[in-house]
Amino acid sequence: MSKTETQDKEVILSVKNLKKHFVVGGGQVVQAVDGVTFDVYRGETLGLVGESGCGKSTIGRTLIRLYGVTDGSVEFKGKNVHELKGQELRAFNRQMQMIFQDPYASLNPRMTVMDIIAEGIDIHGLASGEERRKRVIELLKVVGLNEEHADRFPHEFSGGQRQRIGIARALAVEPEFIIADEPISALDVSIQAQVVNLMKKLQKEQGLTYLFIAHDLSMVKYISDRVGVMYLGNLVELAGSDELYENPLHPYTEALLSAVPIPDPKTAKTRERIILEGDVPSPINPPSGCRFRTRCPKAMEICAKEIPQWKEAQPNHFVACHLYNE
Amino acid sequence: MSKLLEVRDLHVSFKTYNGEVKAVRGVTFDLEKGETLAIVGESGCGKSVTSQTIMRLIPNPPGFIKEGEILFEGDDLAKATEKQMEKIRGKEIAMIFQDPMTSLNPTMTVGAQIIEGLVRHQKMSKAEARNKAIEMLRLVGIPSPESRLAQYPHQFSGGMRQRAMIAIALACQPKILIADEPTTALDVTIQAQIIDLMKELQKKTGTAIILITHDLGVVADIADRVVVMYAGIVIETGKLDEIFYNPRHPYTWGLLGSMPRLDLRSDQKLLPIPGSPPDLISPPKGCPFAARCKYAMKICKEQMPERTDISSTHQVACWLEHPMAPDVKPPVAAVGGTKDE
Amino acid sequence: MSANAAKELSPELFEPVASEAGAEERILRERVGFWKDAWRRFRTNPGAMAGLIVLALIVFFAIFGPMMNKYDDHTNNLTISNQEHIGDHYFGTDNLGRDLWQRTWHGAQVSLLIALLAALIDLCIGVTIGSISGYFGGRVDDILQRIIEILYSIPNLIVVTLMLLVFDPGIVPIAVALSITGWVPMARVVRAQIMKLKSQEYVLAARTLGAGHRRILFKHLIPNVMGPIIVAVTFAIPSAIFFEAFLSMIGLGIRPPQASLGSLVFDGYNYLQIYPYQLFYPAAILCLIMLAFNLVGDGLRDALDPRMRK
Repeated sequence: MSKTETQDKEVILSVKNLKKHFVVGGGQVVQAVDGVTFDVYRGETLGLVGESGCGKSTIGRTLIRLYGVTDGSVEFKGKNVHELKGQELRAFNRQMQMIFQDPYASLNPRMTVMDIIAEGIDIHGLASGEERRKRVIELLKVVGLNEEHADRFPHEFSGGQRQRIGIARALAVEPEFIIADEPISALDVSIQAQVVNLMKKLQKEQGLTYLFIAHDLSMVKYISDRVGVMYLGNLVELAGSDELYENPLHPYTEALLSAVPIPDPKTAKTRERIILEGDVPSPINPPSGCRFRTRCPKAMEICAKEIPQWKEAQPNHFVACHLYNE
Repeated sequence: MSKLLEVRDLHVSFKTYNGEVKAVRGVTFDLEKGETLAIVGESGCGKSVTSQTIMRLIPNPPGFIKEGEILFEGDDLAKATEKQMEKIRGKEIAMIFQDPMTSLNPTMTVGAQIIEGLVRHQKMSKAEARNKAIEMLRLVGIPSPESRLAQYPHQFSGGMRQRAMIAIALACQPKILIADEPTTALDVTIQAQIIDLMKELQKKTGTAIILITHDLGVVADIADRVVVMYAGIVIETGKLDEIFYNPRHPYTWGLLGSMPRLDLRSDQKLLPIPGSPPDLISPPKGCPFAARCKYAMKICKEQMPERTDISSTHQVACWLEHPMAPDVKPPVAAVGGTKDE
Repeated sequence: MSANAAKELSPELFEPVASEAGAEERILRERVGFWKDAWRRFRTNPGAMAGLIVLALIVFFAIFGPMMNKYDDHTNNLTISNQEHIGDHYFGTDNLGRDLWQRTWHGAQVSLLIALLAALIDLCIGVTIGSISGYFGGRVDDILQRIIEILYSIPNLIVVTLMLLVFDPGIVPIAVALSITGWVPMARVVRAQIMKLKSQEYVLAARTLGAGHRRILFKHLIPNVMGPIIVAVTFAIPSAIFFEAFLSMIGLGIRPPQASLGSLVFDGYNYLQIYPYQLFYPAAILCLIMLAFNLVGDGLRDALDPRMRK
């Protein structure tokens, strides 16, 4: 789908001012996600990038109800997901699914591949007996495996195969929306491409919507229609993926883009890099005002005082930065 | 330039419950003074085992060197005793690891860990070593090194720890620095800091670097020469530009073609390599990549290809280079992104 | 490549071969389930195998030993008291002329039964409390942990003594008495494991699929804690045997004429200076049981430890 027509599309997921805080020992509070607002359109892939600890995985887990919310709301097809009960909750569990990061921890080592993939089928009573087996084998074929793999245990598979089994498990309940939480970070490059291409193919065939969470900007840009950049619990910029690369507005996005290694010696040796000083501050006691100001090469006085507003600085290009105040 | 390290036909195996895992099956390369050699490949290709074997850090049992030589300035490290290795480790060849947290001693201050090596290898006095340690920490860009010296590793952030590791590794002015995935555990912005630091330090100290990595982006940025490994063997080796702009092995094509490029528009096509690497308990008789190779021929499955010279610096082990083999053009995805403006 | 070798290659070798569909996905190693894999590792551990064989022998004799001569374990025959070598009294006789072979194996039977029963009760209570505490966490965990701490802070000798004053010391009451505090280590092992496992991604995946608590506990968590549970049981058994022996020594154990290994050791101890053989046999078997269980436990821990998996 083209990136310019997103405004005509149906909003499938709407996140408004989402906050998720965790209480850690000693009464301290980790502000993992602090006021994030974005929409996801049906059929698109929204990428979410950021460095470790920026809260991108917390967002994913909060959307699918693995965590409750501290403040704000998550609406999936017009309904607040954290208030769902009974039949509606069961339907939600089928409509939204998740693919996990660690191919070694995301499959129960004591279950056969058959039982792992059929878990959703069993929970929702979708099929049993011969029908169940047939569905699982079908799913195995969809992800490029076959019948002979069904009765084996996860530890017999390679990382890429395991990740595809995880995808088959998610597909078993015929979801509409899939949150992929760093699905390729633990895989080798050649295998990453297998998984990403499979995800693209599935999207085309089944009309899936993805929230693709990763720290690898090149891969996120490759798979996503739009990309959101997170820093220390905040969404700092959101735009179409080519637009974001060609016209980054936030200084953090600029620095992040310039730091991503490019596998081409000529480009690598000639391009200008912005090297950020220091490390990401702690989310327990984040800087006042704009959270990036302590490392920002363009920080101004106002950045320490006021939290920058989240606004549409250019059409379909959102940013939270004082540089773009009227 | 002269050869600092020569690895000749190295074979390393591990004994396991399931049988002998032949992790390294005949690796040959050399390292020249002051250069950066990148060993690239996917997990399980034997790149880390090779580097740990050079340092003789492979636990025996289960690991053992089956055959081959590791010539460091003429001495064969493969046959060196533990005592001889102790003199080489840290002083002549130093190593930094992927996870600085597990390679630093959590119960010792960072300063003490630098000073320890200096006192032992350089026969410095405590006071001299302390000054040198402060100098090293400043060199790797750690602010206020005097006070940092008395801190423990857990008080350092991930990037700072990796800097401290580099300071420890370089303190004794080793001739070779082996960096095993030094940036993999770090965030991109921190990764950029560390790569810059390594480049800068190499300019200052002239240390030769063996960089073990799977990230071709890092390789493009820092390496002079590249060794591509697959399933325990070297399949292609050459200068940086030869590997990136004239890759000859289908596996190298696959590696280059399966990486998305940030600087290309999103209609780029990724070219994945199907399947997974072979099981090294029973590696295939012929070329280990044959089962995943689009261009595989009968002979690939029967006989291991020999090294062919493309140029004096560029070698490849592939049957496609044989005069009788069909002429095959590399896919656009592998070399297409590299067109000059 | 040598010039000769090059000539021998025929052109047809250079014909491209289409790769078989799905060939690159094939798994060549034979299918190995969790238990089979564990057994393969266990088998290669000589200490653990020796322990297993010793245990099998002791259990065999505890069951069939009493059938091997014509005596029983409680008939006195004062005419042959304290004889070390007499007829087919393989282990000799005690001060009342009872056959020590019979008494030793009956005693082993009693000791093993008490220990197994105690371990079984520990298992049931420990796994239940441990998994509830670990899985639900929060308030539930706090309350259960305080109860455990209180129980654990009372010396178990006092609890057991009080129990055995109320009930007649037999196999079941002793086993129950041992279990009153005995389940605590098991609960702790299970709690720690469950807490670790419940944040694993496969559990999260089950939750996102809408799995209920029961399914998560019984399908995902407990099967993955089986390894540590089995190891804990193997170590609980010898400690129960030892504690029972200790109770017998201080006169709180099995009442005569019934015997356990502990009471036999105690009886033998009284005649140690004159008839050392009366102490030797039961003590040796007691030691062998302890040693064997510990060896097997160590072997199981290595075999079931997921970090050892390759």
